[in-house]
Amino acid sequence: MQTVVLVKQVVDTEAEKRLLPGEWRLDRASVENILNPYDEYAVEAAVQLKEELGGEVTVLSMGPQEAEEAIRKALAMGADRGVLVSDPVLQGSDALATARVLAQVLRGLGFDLVLCGSMSTDAQTGLVPAALGELLDLPVLGAVNRLEVHGGSLKAARQTDEGAIVYECPLPAVVAVAKGINEPRYPSLRGIMGAKKKPLDTKTAADLALELGAVGLGGARTRVHAATSVPPRAAGKTVTEYESPQEGARLLADFLHENKLV
Amino acid sequence: MDHSLSDEQVAIATMVRDLMTNEVGPRTQEIDEQGVFPTWVADLFRKHDLFAVTVPEDYGGIDGRLLTHCLVVEQVGRVCASCSMILGAQSLGAGPITLFGSADQKERWLTRLATGEVLVAFGLTEPNAGSDAKAMTTRAVPTDGGWRLNGRKSFITHANVADVIIVFAKVKADGADQITAFLVETDRAGFTVDKIEHKMGLRGSPTCSFVLEDVWIPQANMLGELGQGLEIMLRGLHRGRIGSAAQSVGLGQGALDIAAAYATQREQFGRPLARMQAVQTIVGQMATEIEAARQLVYSAACRYDARAADIERFSSMAKLFASDATMRVTGDAVQIMGGYGYMVEYGVERMMRDAKVFQIFEGANQIQQITVARDVFAKA
Repeated sequence: MQTVVLVKQVVDTEAEKRLLPGEWRLDRASVENILNPYDEYAVEAAVQLKEELGGEVTVLSMGPQEAEEAIRKALAMGADRGVLVSDPVLQGSDALATARVLAQVLRGLGFDLVLCGSMSTDAQTGLVPAALGELLDLPVLGAVNRLEVHGGSLKAARQTDEGAIVYECPLPAVVAVAKGINEPRYPSLRGIMGAKKKPLDTKTAADLALELGAVGLGGARTRVHAATSVPPRAAGKTVTEYESPQEGARLLADFLHENKLV
Repeated sequence: MDHSLSDEQVAIATMVRDLMTNEVGPRTQEIDEQGVFPTWVADLFRKHDLFAVTVPEDYGGIDGRLLTHCLVVEQVGRVCASCSMILGAQSLGAGPITLFGSADQKERWLTRLATGEVLVAFGLTEPNAGSDAKAMTTRAVPTDGGWRLNGRKSFITHANVADVIIVFAKVKADGADQITAFLVETDRAGFTVDKIEHKMGLRGSPTCSFVLEDVWIPQANMLGELGQGLEIMLRGLHRGRIGSAAQSVGLGQGALDIAAAYATQREQFGRPLARMQAVQTIVGQMATEIEAARQLVYSAACRYDARAADIERFSSMAKLFASDATMRVTGDAVQIMGGYGYMVEYGVERMMRDAKVFQIFEGANQIQQITVARDVFAKA
């Protein structure tokens, strides 16, 4: 069982996020960066599959050189080797351009299954798995919260409001797992010490023979034109003056109706 | 001395911080209130290899560096000082075996200390021999193939859960009392824990008295040479003091974190406490003291790892400064939080109670001051 897990390094979810002035990109320099929390579920799922079926888990990421730390964490959790695509020309890649880069790496790797989280906590598009499926002509299943692999096929379930839907599809496939599919393990101390010794290849755009017009800012099909902060929450309205409880209740009901809250 | 951290050390500290915050954080009040050894925390540490920071690499340890141990216990202490004693006691016991144990003793004990399968305690203090360790009355007498021990030890951390205890006892040899160290398994006949103390803080870390009544141990259980006990004790305490200083740094940081978060949220007179100068001056001082203590502890740990000549001076200074800083900082945390700080549910009153003992055990702070002063005058 050869599984590739896609991971991304993101700004710590608890940190205050800032955009670089004029560029509409996150300022990563001033804050702590972590392995995208959604990706931890994918890493855990991959390691569990390896523990059950054998094989190898490769962690793949695209990002700045520091993204190596996110890969090392996945290696500490039990993955076997890492691949980091890092090249300044890839900066500004949108979801599609990112998927093109990752697809190119995947073509060279050989795999049975690609696992990823449902989205990254920074851009939150959730588009990469679908784009990858399209580019590699593979089946894609998203929001998976139960996953089994039998021989050359997988069985995956996703929970909806109405009930669970169970899918089967042949391997190889791309699966985005939902938060809560498992409980990601903490890396053990031995895992952390061992992670440094595991192979981690860094690749550039040239190594991958990427068509430069299709990646980076130039290859992006979407542009961020503006960004605004969430406005601070306005003060609430307090009803203090009323003749009777009935009138007080009516004032509250009026407010709810006026604001289309009921 | 350079104490920049490796990528692995940073990753280890981060992992322990997450583990403690998520898994132990919600249960710290329960640990304090139950007042018993939290076996489930020891199991959590076993599962994630945390005990491996207490022994050298050759015997199943992580990297054998005291600095790594300090980083781990700091993060444990930040959430739960009682829990940090689980690793603190293990390290205090592992040190003498590492430094003075025979090849057989190291193989037999250190490999199991590294996994946490075996817990160890350090049996030095007696009812009438605290800072004055030489006043001990526990005795060992040679018998066929081994030794027979009699005596009483008090204030021994984790004696009730330990599998083996390093017991210091006097041996009459060449007409003099020679303090000697022995490894005493707690399942030997004649060993009894007769009291578990009820105490002010660190309530999840049992402090016990035990008696030795004609406890027989084989010759192979003597640690180091006859009469080497004082050296073993002192060198064990160098290590123990640095580790306990790291625990108190974590405790102080934990109290600061809680108080700072509170001051950001809590509004009085129409603005958060964090924007009042009266609170800012306290917080600025707290953070500075904790950081100064941390740097001193890391520096002491690096000196220990490098076997530098000034270990004693640095271990005493680190222990003294870190525990005093943490006593002040935990008290300030309660003060900033006012009435809420005094209430059990916010955690800082526990931290203030826990902080006190770090000024007392592993050599009272006045002993540390004297140790440092003697070193100053020796070089004057």
